[in-house]
Formats: sequence, C-alpha cells, structure tokens
Amino acid sequence: MSAPVLEVTDLVKHFPVQRGLLRRTVAHVKAVDGVSFTVAPGETLCLVGESGCGKSTVARLITRLVEPTGGSIRLGGTDITKLDDAAMVAHRRRVQMVFQDPYASLNPKLRAGDIVAEPLENYEAMGRAEREEAVAAVLKKVGLRAEMMRRFPFEFSGGQRQRLGIARALALRPDLIVADEPVSALDVSVQAQVLNLLVDLQEEFGLSYLFVSHDLGVVEHIGHRIAVMYLGRIVEIGSKDDIVSEPLHPYTKALISAAPIPDPRARREKLVIEGDVPSPLDPPPGCHFHTRCPFAVARCRSEAPALREVRPGWNVACHLVET
Amino acid sequence: MNLVEPEMQVATAVKPILEVEDLRTHFFTRDGVTRAVDGVSFTVAPGETLGIVGESGCGKSVTALSILRLLPARLGRIVGGSVRFEGQELLSLPEGRMRDIRGNRVAMIFQEPMTSLNPVLTIGDQIAEAVMIHQGASRSDALRRAAEMLRLVRIPDAEKRVGDYPHQFSGGMRQRVMIAMALSCSPRLLIADEPTTALDVTVQAQILKLMLELKQATGSAVMLITHDLGVIAETCQRVIVMYAGRVVEQAEVLELFDAPLHPYTRGLMASIPRIGLGRRKRLAEIPGIVPDLRKPIVGCAFAPRCPIASARCRAEPPPLAEHRPGHLAACWHAGEMP
Repeated sequence: MSAPVLEVTDLVKHFPVQRGLLRRTVAHVKAVDGVSFTVAPGETLCLVGESGCGKSTVARLITRLVEPTGGSIRLGGTDITKLDDAAMVAHRRRVQMVFQDPYASLNPKLRAGDIVAEPLENYEAMGRAEREEAVAAVLKKVGLRAEMMRRFPFEFSGGQRQRLGIARALALRPDLIVADEPVSALDVSVQAQVLNLLVDLQEEFGLSYLFVSHDLGVVEHIGHRIAVMYLGRIVEIGSKDDIVSEPLHPYTKALISAAPIPDPRARREKLVIEGDVPSPLDPPPGCHFHTRCPFAVARCRSEAPALREVRPGWNVACHLVET
Repeated sequence: MNLVEPEMQVATAVKPILEVEDLRTHFFTRDGVTRAVDGVSFTVAPGETLGIVGESGCGKSVTALSILRLLPARLGRIVGGSVRFEGQELLSLPEGRMRDIRGNRVAMIFQEPMTSLNPVLTIGDQIAEAVMIHQGASRSDALRRAAEMLRLVRIPDAEKRVGDYPHQFSGGMRQRVMIAMALSCSPRLLIADEPTTALDVTVQAQILKLMLELKQATGSAVMLITHDLGVIAETCQRVIVMYAGRVVEQAEVLELFDAPLHPYTRGLMASIPRIGLGRRKRLAEIPGIVPDLRKPIVGCAFAPRCPIASARCRAEPPPLAEHRPGHLAACWHAGEMP
C-alpha cells in the first residue's frame, strides 16, 4: 500500500467558552476529542455524523482554517501543525476545500474567472493569457463553458456555483480536496450532477477526498471508507461496504436505520433511538453514546471505550462488540 | 387515456375533507410576475396522509400557505381557483371566519421550529393561547391541556416544562412542541411543511414516528410537504409530485414507486443516492435546471430537461390525465421509456 496522503493522529480541538465582562474562560467545547485516521491516494474517506459531532471542525483543522489544540496532521509525511505561516504556504496548495454553501463561499464582487484564477495567481508564475487558458480549461473540466468566466456568481444557479467552487479547488491540482457537505444545499437532481462530477474528477486526477456529510445515501454513493463520528470522537471506521451492510457500533446501526429509504416496500421497523445529541459542552462520561444506547451496560457509563480493530481494517469504539 | 374532470378525481366513497381546484398563486415582484402555483388541483380524504413532493421552487410550500391564506399580502396573491375545506370555500371567507379555522380545524407545522415559536413566551402560554381562543377554555384549563399535549408528544417532565421558554429546548424538542401546539385543538387536517428537514436523521425518525402515531390516534388527515422521496415512501399513502408550480403526477405510494409515469418523477427517483444500492455506479442526472417561473412557459414545463420530449411537448401543455386507475400524470408520453 502506498503512503497515505493524509495522516491524522490524536487530533484535538477545544473551543473556549467565555462568559462575563472579563471574557473569562468558563468551560471548553470538546469539538474534536482525539481523532485519528488516514486517507490513501485516490481514496474517498467520508466523515459522517449529526450536528455537533465535530465533522466540520475536523475539515477546518486539516485545512488549518482553525488551529488544533493537540495532535498531528501529516500531509504527504510533513506535520503541518508545526509549520509557520511561510512554510505553510507551500503546503496549502496540496489541500483545497469545497464549502457547503455555494452562495456564501464565492465573492459576489468577483467574476467567475477571477475566482478560479485567484489560487493560480498566488502559486503559479503565469502570464495573463496563459492563466486565462488555464481557467478556461478547469471550467471545462467541471462542466462550465469558458465564456462563463466573465459572469458574476449571482448569474449562476446553485449547482453551477458549486461547480465553480470545485473548479477553484481543482485549479492547483491538489492531492486532497476537503469537501464539507458539498451537496447538502442542492436539490437531488442537481446533487446527482455534482456527485457524478466529483467521481469523474477523482478518476481523472487520482484525487483523494475527505468528504464530510450527514447524508448516508450520499456517503454510500461516493465513499470508499467511512468514519462515523459522535460528539467529537470516531465511533466506527472501516470500508463502506462492511459498515453499510453490517454496522457494528449501535450508533452506526441507529444512523443507518433512521435514514429514510425511497422505497415504500422497504418500510421496516426502525431502530429509533431516543433523545437528542447531548451538548458537546458537557458530554456524558464514559461512552458518549450511552445516554441514547439501547444496549448500554454499567461499564459504558464509566469507561470510555477505545477505538480498537475488531476485524481487519475495521475499528469500533464499543465495549460490547466482540473481536 | 381519459381526461379527468376534477369531480371524477374524487369519485371515492368518502367525501374529501379538502378540495383544491385550479389554484393559482402569483407573486408580484419588481422583476415581474412569478407563477409560483399555476393551476394545482387535488383532494385530501379524511384521515389520509397525502405527500406533496418536489424540489425548491416547485410551489409546494406556496400551495400550503395559499390553503391557509398565510401569504404575505404585499407580494403573493391567489389569483384564481378554489379551496374547499369540509365543503366550505376558504378563499372568499372573511378574515375573521378564516381565523376560526386556522390553528383550529386546520393546523400547520413549519420547517423551522426556532423561528416559528415566540421566544419571549413560555411554551405553555403558546399552546394555551390557541386552546383559549378556539375552545374558549380558561387559562388554567388551557395550561392543563398544554401539559397534557406535551405529555402526548413525549416531552419528559411535561408539567414542569410548560413554564420553559423555547431556547431551553433542543431542535427536536421544539418540533415536538410545534406538533403539540398544532394538535392542541384536534384539527381535522394537519399541514406539515418540511417538518423534519432541519433535524438530524435520528431525530427525524423520532418525529415522523410520533406524527404518524398521533395521526392514528386522532384520525386527522395529514398533508406532508417534503423534498425527500425517502420520507414520502416511509410515511404517505398517496403522493403528488409537483414541478414548476404544477402537479405532474399523482398516485398511491406503492403505485408511484413501482411504476412512475412522468419522466420527472423517474428522473428524481433515479438521481437519489440510496443506502443498499451497493457499487459506486453513476447516478442518473436530470440535466439543466428548473425553469424561470417569471417567464411564460409554453408547453410542458419539464420539456427542456426531458429525455423523451417531442415537438408537441414544447408546444402544448399536457393535461393531468388518468393513465391507470387512480394514477394521474401530466405528460404526452407518460410511461414511455427514453
């Protein structure tokens, strides 16, 4: 197996909660609480979970849009958490990001061509004509016409805007694209267009994706491997086929069971878990999931289960799963 | 192929509780007239769960708001058609009489439980308000009823939580409060507009289960508006598919998923990535985007994106016609394969 593009070890991010006039720190939100995983070349790893599980924070940590509290992020072997700003510049081009909201993530005052050209201006010594040619080429790759580079974002539909966001991420030919809920703002018919595009681009350029999503249908379609997160921790990680067909962690089971299936003949008894996700400000002791887990025993309430390999390449953090 | 007169669509044994006929709602903006709802007809039978599905801008929410006459008057206007609830025409009803129906005989649940609750009133007062207005109950009786409703939607410690404010509840709990409020006057029809879209999937499962259980218990009809065919498949008995302000297909849920007739419905079904589909194969795409509803649409609104559109489709709008028993589609080539 080739060396991973991305290797994340014990990643931790605590956000301080400040109160009062003096903005004293009264508590910490443990948004990401010791997360480890790798992404291989040409692979899509999906981070799945519900709101507040820390999946988007992981995405932002890897692009260093927020600074980690602890742990390491190795990009092609280099730990980028230790790099100063100048050294970071060279690494930024290897990992690019696609955002959820295609309306908020494009500068409304720039033309489409300038939006896509910006990373090229920062990194490539190109003449104007050459750069315009490169922009036209990358627009074509994402299914937009070259003459659209003169338009402003408001002249594009939601799906076309997301293509523009992908073009901007693709312009520097990164090794890894971090995509944070890239299709959840789109209608299903347009969502399919964008998902197909992401798969095509991966095959053409051998890209790796870290794909953050709450939608298990989307995840199953695009992912090679899945990591399920709950309150800042990974509870299960393994190949997509294994996890979807035989989820081992009770939370993964509930998540898969809860996802509505567009087939009225498949109406089935669901494993409906009670309650909401607890506040990440004050997560339950022991296994974070024990308050909602139908199988929890005394040990789950006091001792946090470690993520351990229960089958080859398949790790689960649950006391009750047998090896 | 029979063209169906509106009367024939309701040729079922029971008299429908809601009859919507040729409803037209237009928005008058600076950029022109948007035909948000453009001739929509359907019925809801007592105790039935009817799903209305479509993508953003198809007119499904505006249809719901039009039924309850809740559109912002400055912008949107119902320009034609009829809405009859229990045989009574709602569109010509004086506002005072409309208020007797709204929140009482017909209740609505909205997508955003945060913005649909008043942040400065306690949950109990908000539920009690409707009970006091519509049923003439005293405040203490109404508050007792509020606690009873909170218990019904399974909010723990209901008696204590009556005095809490919306911000003290989580998203899923707020949606339970909305359901409690909507059901507090035992409505005959509950309109739920994307009631679970803002919720996490495990909470969505709880809320849908709760809604269906309460519907069974109270016998009220439900009109469930959603963009999610998965939610439709798991909860509805009959389905209406909307596109560009029009109904394009209508059928029983099994019939619709077994044998969709309209190319748009088929495209929608094929484009959903779903669990259990296995291999990473290509999703079917519907090319292009929805039409601009400010421009007049000649012919079928879906024709520019349709794989089987013919010259006739681009010239003449197809009527909603019955192709199989109870299965209606607005397509000149209904059921034909591309």
